Parts: sequence; structure tokens; C-alpha cells
Amino acid sequence: MLNRQGRKTRPEAGSEDNNNMTGETHSGHKGLQMDEPLLFEIGSPAKTGVDLPDAPTVDDKLGGLARDEEIGLYGLSEPEAVRHFVRLSQKNYAIDSGFYPLGSCTMKHNPRLNEKMARLAGFGDIHPLQPLSSVPGALKLMEELSDWLLKLTGMASIALSPKAGAHGELCGMMAIKAALDAAGSPRDVVLVPESAHGTNPATAALLGFKVRSVPADKDGTVRVDAVRAAMKAEGGGDVAAIMLTNPNTCGLFEREIKEIADLIHGSGGYFYCDGANFNAIVGRVRPGDLGIDAMHLNLHKTFSTPHGGGGPGSGPVVLSDRLAAFAPVPFLRRDGDTLTLVEETDGTQSFGRLTAFHGQMGMYVRALTYILSHGIDGLNAASGDAVLNANYIRAKLKDVLNQPFGDQASMHEVLFDESSLSGTGVTTLDLAKALIDEGFHPMTIYFPLVVKGAMLIEPTESESIETIDQFIDVMRSLISEAHEGQEDKFHAAPIHTPRRRLDETGAARKPILRWNAEN
Amino acid sequence: MRYLPHTKQSREAMLEAIGVSSIDQIFKDAGAPQIALDDFALPKHLSEMEVERHMAALAAQNRAAGAGPFFVGCGAYKHHVPASVDHLIQRSEFLTSYTPYQPEISQGTLQYLFEFQTQVAALLGGEIANASLYDGSTGCGEAVLMAHRLTRRKKAVLAGNLHPQYGAVVKTLSDMSGFEVVDGTVTPGGVEDLSTLIDDETSCVVVQTPDIFGTLHDLTKIAETAQAKGALLIAVVTEVVSLGAVKSPGSMGADIIVAEGQSIGNGLNFGGPYLGLLATRHKFVRQMPGRVCGETVDADGERGYVLTLSTREQHIRREKATSNICTNSGLCCLAFTIHMTLLGEKGLTKLSRLNHAKAVQLSQQLAEIEGVTLLNDQFFNEFTLKLEGRDAAEVTAQLAAKDILAGVPGGRLWPERDDVKDLLIVAVTETVTDADFDALVAGLKEALNA
Repeated sequence: MLNRQGRKTRPEAGSEDNNNMTGETHSGHKGLQMDEPLLFEIGSPAKTGVDLPDAPTVDDKLGGLARDEEIGLYGLSEPEAVRHFVRLSQKNYAIDSGFYPLGSCTMKHNPRLNEKMARLAGFGDIHPLQPLSSVPGALKLMEELSDWLLKLTGMASIALSPKAGAHGELCGMMAIKAALDAAGSPRDVVLVPESAHGTNPATAALLGFKVRSVPADKDGTVRVDAVRAAMKAEGGGDVAAIMLTNPNTCGLFEREIKEIADLIHGSGGYFYCDGANFNAIVGRVRPGDLGIDAMHLNLHKTFSTPHGGGGPGSGPVVLSDRLAAFAPVPFLRRDGDTLTLVEETDGTQSFGRLTAFHGQMGMYVRALTYILSHGIDGLNAASGDAVLNANYIRAKLKDVLNQPFGDQASMHEVLFDESSLSGTGVTTLDLAKALIDEGFHPMTIYFPLVVKGAMLIEPTESESIETIDQFIDVMRSLISEAHEGQEDKFHAAPIHTPRRRLDETGAARKPILRWNAEN
Repeated sequence: MRYLPHTKQSREAMLEAIGVSSIDQIFKDAGAPQIALDDFALPKHLSEMEVERHMAALAAQNRAAGAGPFFVGCGAYKHHVPASVDHLIQRSEFLTSYTPYQPEISQGTLQYLFEFQTQVAALLGGEIANASLYDGSTGCGEAVLMAHRLTRRKKAVLAGNLHPQYGAVVKTLSDMSGFEVVDGTVTPGGVEDLSTLIDDETSCVVVQTPDIFGTLHDLTKIAETAQAKGALLIAVVTEVVSLGAVKSPGSMGADIIVAEGQSIGNGLNFGGPYLGLLATRHKFVRQMPGRVCGETVDADGERGYVLTLSTREQHIRREKATSNICTNSGLCCLAFTIHMTLLGEKGLTKLSRLNHAKAVQLSQQLAEIEGVTLLNDQFFNEFTLKLEGRDAAEVTAQLAAKDILAGVPGGRLWPERDDVKDLLIVAVTETVTDADFDALVAGLKEALNA
């Protein structure tokens, strides 16, 4: 190959010029990809990147507890620190840099207006314990967000304070437990479908419930008959609640959800709905119309607060009339023109407190900004496009990948299994790693657990047809290569990344969880 | 709609490929019962400019901490955060990535988590730390459950001077999970003898230092007492800047140390998002809740990082998991790590000295006011004043009317107790100026004479 100047762009194999074409460099850097040591290897206890005024001289009041040994912290000057963290950032895949179809995670665009609003001093620089009279705008914001979330879900009441989705589950299930206790009902079984997020059974178990599994039907949904059978198993009237995700983790709408709700209610139990997939139905379907009693909303999914490398999340819980009285403190109370925050349980039926202070205010600001930007029409359009995109991917890949529950309309994510790859020597994991080399973040893999080699693809509404088409083309090409016997390529992947496949077994066997000066 | 890339044409092309007439038809086919848009009775979308105007109007009704004299603490502190911290955490690759499920393209997040864990372990004086929990209070609840698993006992003793909202979190979790909690005695400015509350059933003793009134505690004795009875000492720190000046809880014998990390790198945000820190002994690692990052090697033998020990976690263990926690406080950890890196040992030491010296100065000035008694002998950057015969909530309201946010009145934290109504808890950080001192001293004198 010659370039425009007529020079060879790559040395011929075996030629003298080829000595250093392995990709190795003297520095360890590779062009724009910088290898970056740990801050402890470049910093020092003597360095700092912060200038502070000198402390006035006083007799200390530390009561003899003054520190007498080094902590072991390492510092960097500001330019060194900026470079260190910028280089680290460049080793991350992100929504802003590419397609991130991670099923069940709703990796949608994070509008920067949300960030700007959260940093207004009147939101970002107010203290949870300053007099409530000095923060009326904060309470008003919480009320506005609550109002939107209640109207979008068609529910009676809301608990804003849970810190993440799993914390919201805990909140909802605590409300259910409190309601049962108040009624003197000793129910101790929670029904959980096999396809549920792991947080569902973990939450139920944390509260001392026995978890009883409900199988899904051939079409991937939970049938009312299966719930009825599970309720009758081992003695019947002891079911406290069912925890059902809708749309479910297979990307399907639970068609018999109302019948299931009626059945559970008829027996005196409660219906917890995992709202992780609310982005599929927001502005279209009201969970309250389906008979649910409690549901958490992941503000970091449906309402675009940034995922931030794994948090912080925010998981407000909407509650039915039957559970409203048991919501945790703090909660808002309006008396005419006066809005106040109830911070103590005295004189209420509240089950208690889930966290110090008032929850994830920074996330409320971002979520409300997102909601106002969209309006009901924009939210409706967003869920529509999310579902459209998932079904388009389904239509374009269904001849090369197997849909475990048959060819049916999906919601905002589409599920395939690895059966069509059988005999190729290529697994779901291998396909995911090859996608990384192609510049895509892989879909969620091996979840839900009920499907062998699951691939759960959630494109979200943020992607253009051009991006989605490119992803589809790449998926089809890779699947063809798998069938053509190119398994070695897949097993080697990824090769264009800062690190190649990592030894996770070794990491768990002998955990190294921190840097040590001796290492 | 500015956030949606599709056009009428692209939607039509996609519907044709799917073989349906409309998006609504997909919902019908999927069995999802839609309602009409008008039935929501909610407003339509707004331009960026209109949203900004609406939000700014709400924000303008709130008195920002930085807008005047400010002395409010009790678990959240106003510290100066260097500009580079907020700039760096807003880099797209940090802000818009998720849990590092694919480590090959997440080494940035994983490496800073490894650095974070190293800093947290050193700061709290533990051997290891996790990759953070939601906040200090939920971390405290998780630590108690962890102690129950380790000791196979079910009773926690909570010091009376533990932040009452932390206590409430532990009690709610314990009530709901069938565990027992024994309350200590609220002892403003003093040190309670907890040894009599510990028995053979006690799983853990939870002690906060500096405590809710600001008093520093030597944990050495209570650690020995608890451990002699087979219980664990859980130390709680809500102001981690103190650890630049005082001995770490780990060095005083605590088995599990939980802390609120907000003070480093994170704003007040009306209570969240914050980050919970948890450090402990290496031998307890398999009962530790939350995500943890570990070092390993890649296929080429290069050092790299992965999330590890996930066999403790809910997505593998389901109902047998150590905790139901799924996320950590990723971006808040990053802010903590960057700020702590900028500070370094040298900067943190100086910052904590500055906080302490200012607090000592102000405490002396305030204690000279007639009708004011300083309750603490030993404190870091927060102390408690007794306002003889006065309701501190009324006094703070009067001062707030003059734009001075004086601190937290006892009645805000314990509305049901009469014996703390005359207490005012005052926090002093490096952000407080001499003019703020003067304003508070003058304002308090005036309020007490009224």
C-alpha cells in the first residue's frame, strides 16, 4: 500500500523495516492511548495540589488524640492530577463516545443541562439541616418531581429518599411488611420469578421473607396460573407479596399482570413491581392502572441522571393507597401554602427511616430538568423510540440469532440466546469481546439467568438509525465469521483495548484490594 | 424534541422493516395497555431556555451555604472543593459510563476505584476498603448487618451520641430484619460508659467520633471491652477531614469503620448524593458488603483491575447475598479520590489543622457570651453550645432571618426530647471567614439579649 506521497504505508512482512512493527513501544504508550501508573507510583506524601491559608496558632483541643503516625496518602500537583485522571478517563467506554446497548441499564443520553441545573448554588450548595424556612425552593422542587412521578405512574403516594433502585426495593418491601404487621398478618413468603433481577430475592431475604420461585411460561412471561400454583405450594395463604418486573427482564410486557394483581390482592397480599424497565412505557402505560402497590423508579435509567461509572443512583418508590401511610420519613406535607418536611415518625404509621437526610437531591434536580425538557409529549416520544429501536434490532437480527421465547414484539430491549452459535466454538462472551474491538459496548450478557448465553440488547431512544444500522451490520458480520470458523479471532478478542481479557478468577482467589508501599 | 435523533422518515423506514404500521401498534402487539396522552393531564415539553428559567427561579428561593455566614454540620460539611475536581468528574468517559461490567474498556473507572480503596483504607486505618456504599448512614446499617454475620449474633449496641438519623436507619433495618438494638444514653459533650450495655449476645458496639455533638472519642478501651466479649467495634466518622488531625479509628482498634465521605470532593446537595466509606480487616473481606475492585493481570500479563469477590453479591447469590446492594456511589468516589489526590497527606494535614484552629477560636469567642456554655472539652471542627433557658431552634430562626445560618439546634435532631432543646451544634470549616465569626458572635449576643 502506497500513500499519496508514493511511500509505503506498511513495511513488507519480513523486511528490515518490520523490526518494530509488533505494536510495542518504548514508553508503554500507544499513540493517544497512555499507559498510566497508579497515583501512588507517581505521587508523593510531600506533594500537594491545594494551597490553603495558614492555620491560626491555638492550643489544640484534640484531647490527646492527635495523630502520631503517617496516614499514607499520596499527593499530586494540579497539573499532574489533571493529567492522571484525564488519562484514566480515556480508558473508559461511555455513552458520549459510542453505542452502549447494555440491556436493563437504559444507557440513554445524559443532557448537560441537567448537570448545569444541579450545580446552581441554590440546589448544590444547600445543607440538609439548615432551617427549612431557608430552602422553600428545594421543597417545591421535590414536590414538583413527586407530582410528575405520581401522575406518570398513576399512583397515590411517593417516598423520594431511597438512594438507588435496590434501596427502593427495600423501601417498597418494608412498606409491605409494615402494612402486614399492622394488620397482624404473619405472611412470610415472597414470590419472585426466575427471570428477576438478583436484587429482588436479595431484598426479600434481607427482610426475613422466604423466597419462592415462579417459573415463566414458554412465551417468557409469568402466567396467572403459575402464580396461583406457587401460592398454593406448601400451604397457600402465606404469600406476603409478589415481586414482578414489568416490562420483564426478557424485554416482554407481562400480559396477565392485572389478573396476577387481582389474584394477589384477593388473597390479601401485595404487588411489588420492579420499575427498572419503566423507560419502555413512560408516558404511555400507567403502572397504577395495572394494580400494583409499590414500584421503584430508577432516576438514573428512565430519567437520565448520569450512571457515573456505577452510581450514584436514585430510587424513589411510588405507593398505592394501601401502603401510603407506611412510607418512610422524611416526606413532604402540604398545608395550604405551607410545604414542610416530616422528619420524624412520631404520630405517623411510617415504617422508619432509610437514610440520613432527604435522599438524592442532586438527582431530583437532574430528573426534573429532564422531565420538564421532555414534557408528556417528549416522554411519550422517547419511550416510543426506545421500543421502536429495540424492535428494529430484533427484526434485523432474528434470522441470525435465536429469540428464546419465539418471535414476538418486544418492549425497549430485545433478548437473544446463544443457541444459534452452537458448534462454532464462539460463546456469548466471545461475541461481546469481539464487539468491543468493533467499537461498541456489548449488550448485557448472561442475564437474565433463565436463558442460556443471554444477550439483552437495549438501544434506548438516544440512537440514530445510522448508529443502529452500523451495529446491526457488525453483529451480522461477526456472526457470519463465527459460522465460518474464525473462532480464534473471537477467543483472542479484544485486542484493540488498553487491556485484553483480564483474569477474574485469579483476582478472586487471592484478592489484592489496595496498593501497598511494599509491593 | 432535541434529545431524539429520529425523523419522520427514519421512523417510517424502521416500522416498515419491523412490518408494523405504527409505534402504537407495537405496544398493542406486546400487550401493553396505553392510555391517551391527554389523560395524563401533564404539560408539554419546554425549550432549554424555559427549563433553565424555571429551575433557576426555584434555586433562587434557597439560601446557599456560600452566600453568607454558615455554621451547619451534623453529618454534612461545607468544604472548599478545588475547581479541577468538578471539571474532571464531568468528563464524558467518567460521567456517562456505567458499572465496569466489561473491564477491558473500563480500566479508567476500575483504576480509580482501586486508588479510592487504597486511600480509604489508609484514612480510616483499616486493612481494606470497599468501593463505597450509598452514604454514611446506610453504610452504618450495612456494617451492623456485617457484624451480625461475622459474630452470628443479633444485637447491636448504639452509642447515645451516634447521629440520631444514623441510629434511625440502623433501627429501621434491624426492626424489619428481626435484629435487636440497644440504645445508649444521649450525653451532650460527654463520654458515655457503654461497657455495661455489652453482653454475650452483643454483636457490635457502634460509636461515632467526633460524635454528633462534636466530641472526639478515644476508642481504645471500648474496642478492648467489646472484643473481650466477642463483639466487634464499629466506628462511625461523619467528618473525615478530622482524620488529618486525629488518630484513625482503625489504629484505635475498631474492627469495621464506616464514614460519610462527602466532606472530600462532594458538595452539600441538600443531603445527597454522598458516599459511604467502609474499611475493615482483611479476614472479614468475604462478609463485606458492596462492590470491591481488585488487581489482576490480562491475557498479555499486564497489570489491570476488575470487580472481584462478586460471589458475595446479589446478582450471583440472589437471596443468599451479603447485601441487596447493586450500585456504589461511583462519581462521588471519583470526586473523593481526585480531591484527596490533590490534597495528599500534606494538604489534608493542613486542611484539618485549619479547621480545628478556626473551630477552637470561634468556640472561645462564643463561650464568652453571657448565657452560653461550651459543652465539649475535646473536639475537631464542631462543638455544642448550651444556650441557657433558650430554645435553640428559635434562636437559629432569628439568626436565619438575619441571613446567619448558625448551626443545628438539638430540637431538629431529637424533636421528642426536651433536654436538648437549648443546645446548638456549631460547625466551623476552612470556608468560614473572620467576618462570619463576627457576624455570628454579634448575632448570637443580640438574639440572647432579646
